[in-house]
Amino acid sequence: MCVVCGCSGATVDGEGHHHGHDHDHSHEHGHDHSHDHGHDHDHGHDHGHHHGHHHDYGAGPARAHAPGLSQTRMVAIEQGILAKNDAYAAENRRGFQRRGVFTLNLLSSPGAGKTTLLVATLQRLAGWMPAAVIEGDQQTSLDADRIRATGAPAVQINTGKGCHLDAHMIGHAVETLAVPERGLLFIENVGNLVCPAAFDLGEAKRVVLLSVTEGEDKPVKYPDMFASADLVLVNKVDAAPFLGVDLDALRAAVARVNPKAAVLNVSARTGEGMEDWLAWLMDERNGWLAGLATEARAYADGLSAAMAAPAPAGAPAPGA
Amino acid sequence: MHEMSLCESLLTAMEEAAQTNGFAKVRRVRLEIGRFAGVEVQALRFGFDVVMRGSLAEGAELVVIDRPGTAWCFDCDETVEIAERHAPCPRCGGARMQANGGTEMTIKDLEVE
Repeated sequence: MCVVCGCSGATVDGEGHHHGHDHDHSHEHGHDHSHDHGHDHDHGHDHGHHHGHHHDYGAGPARAHAPGLSQTRMVAIEQGILAKNDAYAAENRRGFQRRGVFTLNLLSSPGAGKTTLLVATLQRLAGWMPAAVIEGDQQTSLDADRIRATGAPAVQINTGKGCHLDAHMIGHAVETLAVPERGLLFIENVGNLVCPAAFDLGEAKRVVLLSVTEGEDKPVKYPDMFASADLVLVNKVDAAPFLGVDLDALRAAVARVNPKAAVLNVSARTGEGMEDWLAWLMDERNGWLAGLATEARAYADGLSAAMAAPAPAGAPAPGA
Repeated sequence: MHEMSLCESLLTAMEEAAQTNGFAKVRRVRLEIGRFAGVEVQALRFGFDVVMRGSLAEGAELVVIDRPGTAWCFDCDETVEIAERHAPCPRCGGARMQANGGTEMTIKDLEVE
């Protein structure tokens, strides 16, 4: 499960073809790591995270210059353990920004209703807002099949033994997926309230789904996940009256872990609250696009200003 | 349980550093792990031993430096140190807190030969 390079046995199942990649590790594991189907691994991700200046520290065995003894030294790394994932995520994010694709990372425990919510969302977006979906699961393409039935393009990533999606898998998935320019991309993460929290995929926003059957205290029990959410969607609210769930207590639990997160109640099954969710989605997307447009305008203005500067009087002629 | 993945990632980083800095063996690794990084140190140690077997870091000592967690208290308008992500503010007792430090997972340095 070498998650950072994506060779964890994860497969991407796009429009009917698999691909993975050969990948050699210089270390040996007790288990087999290689996959068939050759796939070019070199796709210009740039990881600029590699600084290793080293210096000898004065004391200790390192200074024992005894002939024949190997010299111990210190190498300063100062690099995030997940630096590689973060570099892939940054690359994904740049790609999404260039193409104006508003990307959401959708997270929850298994069975909270991510796929049902997505299907209901895609049905409402159909005809006016193009969207594509990346589905993450350990096994099967059942979810991608459900998504494709709505007419939206979908790609399934099977993580095999892996417990989360990583940015490298997403980079591969978008190579095969017809992500609409200036549209939406939903990434449905592996159902898991723990591990996916640590892995940036390059998304613009994180949405954590919590169904009322899971109990009000989940946000406090799994704070890492809820702390990283931009929106908490409380799903299956139509069932709340039968379960005696205290929705206010649930909101308070979210606020305790993450006071900034928005909280919305929905039922993907009955359609309750879907308008609010879609309104949030469109507001966030517009804000994101506006930010990109402002940046692009400032960049264009800078280029124009550079172009307009006249040569000062008495300056040597170009090429002189 | 992504501690195993973290170890794989750590190994890759060390292998890259070995190429850049020209060393063949790692004797000691120092990591800085924030209180809120979501890393279970016991699981990390277990994964470390398993993953490093047969590698340039087989038998290496793993040192984990614990970094405290901090949070922004919306009522005090200040950063305060807290023991748990959802702990109340130690100053005002308020619950409106946003963690803003202690999520780091960094490879600090390596002792190599």
